[in-house]
Amino acid sequence: MNPMTGLAAIFLAALLTVRPALAGQEDVDPLGSARWGDMRYLFPEQATIRFDQRVRVLAPAVAENPMQVPVTVDASELGPVSEVMVFADFNPIVEVLRFYPQAAPAWLGFRVKLQQSSPVRAAARTADGVWHVGGAWVTTVGGGCTAPSAKAAAPDWQARLNQVSGRQWESGAQAGRVRLRIEHPMDTGLVAGIPAFHLEQVELLADGRSLMRLQLHEPVSENPVFTLKRGAAEGPVEVRGHDNNGNAFQARIEP
Amino acid sequence: MKRWLPLAFLAITLTAAGADFDYRLQAERVADDVHVFVGKTEDFTPANGGNIVNTGFIVAPGGIVVIDSGPSRRYGEQMRRAIAAVDSRPLALVINTHHHPDHFLGNQVFADVPLAALPATIEGIASDGNAFAENLYRLTGDWMAGTEVVVPKQALAGGRQEIAGRRLRLLALDGHTGADLAIYDEVSGVLFTGDLGFFGRAPTTPHADVNRWLAALDTLEAITREPGFRAVVPGHGPVARDAAPLRQTRAWLNWLQMALRRSAESGLDMNETMAQPLPAEFAGLPVAASEYRRSVGHLFPAVEREALGAPR
Repeated sequence: MNPMTGLAAIFLAALLTVRPALAGQEDVDPLGSARWGDMRYLFPEQATIRFDQRVRVLAPAVAENPMQVPVTVDASELGPVSEVMVFADFNPIVEVLRFYPQAAPAWLGFRVKLQQSSPVRAAARTADGVWHVGGAWVTTVGGGCTAPSAKAAAPDWQARLNQVSGRQWESGAQAGRVRLRIEHPMDTGLVAGIPAFHLEQVELLADGRSLMRLQLHEPVSENPVFTLKRGAAEGPVEVRGHDNNGNAFQARIEP
Repeated sequence: MKRWLPLAFLAITLTAAGADFDYRLQAERVADDVHVFVGKTEDFTPANGGNIVNTGFIVAPGGIVVIDSGPSRRYGEQMRRAIAAVDSRPLALVINTHHHPDHFLGNQVFADVPLAALPATIEGIASDGNAFAENLYRLTGDWMAGTEVVVPKQALAGGRQEIAGRRLRLLALDGHTGADLAIYDEVSGVLFTGDLGFFGRAPTTPHADVNRWLAALDTLEAITREPGFRAVVPGHGPVARDAAPLRQTRAWLNWLQMALRRSAESGLDMNETMAQPLPAEFAGLPVAASEYRRSVGHLFPAVEREALGAPR
């Protein structure tokens, strides 16, 4: 080998091994995802990121329907949490949603569309600025993001757009729980001829206090269903929000 | 010796994979002129090659009527040879009971015989057939080599018909999918339920309408009370001499529907519903745990919608 080629090879090899450093932690991704290095760009540049088993992501190991993969995130064990970012490494649109727990604990159930098998992760930011990351692998047949929503083909979705149905549980094992469903096609923009059309902001309030604010992205499933815990707040829960086309809505879920 | 080593390794690799691609189909005689190839009560795996389904044939005076063609081209080929070993008559008709891949992906081998199904089944195979086939490649691997979708051309309607000189009662039902054909051979008293009947294996529900399915089971169970009735051939699981496959399928569907409603009513989400334990009655049923979780994925959103009430 001629010396120049050798040097070039070494230089090239060095280039290839330089990856963005994961600031503040040397941990190995417990999910062994080839995409983890790239996930760094979701976080602020100097952020401290730690894998933390206290952030629990519950999802089926094998998801039959890639359009409706149930995910439950529980970061309540960390204590006060400012923000939780949910993302799927191998989705064409990586970020799923963020939620900002206020009077409600850092606990949220929802459903996502997956384009292929992928880790689904939640990164919870505590008051000290540290991001605590938990996650689970979901194996699925795929196609969840590039298949048209069922709504796109239904003639009456416009009439029901943004309608909210919901219920609170006052007693029993699930006392203090709020569940709601919002009619929305949640189009990803990845299907030819169907532009991105999805809910952007949803806020839940009780007693005039915010329980939780949600920022939603395209991978949240069609007709999103959310499950949360009301915390100490009582009375009816107000829901308000809007989609990326500016369609606003407001609803009230009675106790 | 040295030059044979790679070949020896190849042979070992092939043997290790267990892949001689032989489904070892054995025709089981259910009645005079009525035979079934009974598949395993498992899910699709590279080990079983997709042989988890029951197919069958009726030797009619004017030729052989084949019911379902199996999960792959290889299955179709081996099935056709196994049929020829029982009776040398020509094939008169191949029927696909519904549009699920383990029931029609052997069609290719029977392309010289009229292929028939209910109209909605024909549509379903035409629109979803390739996606189903791709999924079976993913689940079973090389067993599927060379398999391509062949869409049946002849549309069937329900009612009593004489096919190849044999009186068959075609029952155009639905519930497992949007179109499910059951076939009652009036001469032998054998009822082929297609996948409306599962026995010794939990039912699958990817395209199910549970209420329609329960209604279809009523229709089928009435046939088992007719004087000439002899046997039920379910879509999956062993042949029975009574209505047991229909009763077991009904019990599972009733329980499933009730469990999902109870879960939605008590405020559980889909994940929590999937994590619910199975009752003792079903816990021992092959693939019950995985089919239950799959069914939650298919059916829970609609049940939950009801529990959440009308929009406001």
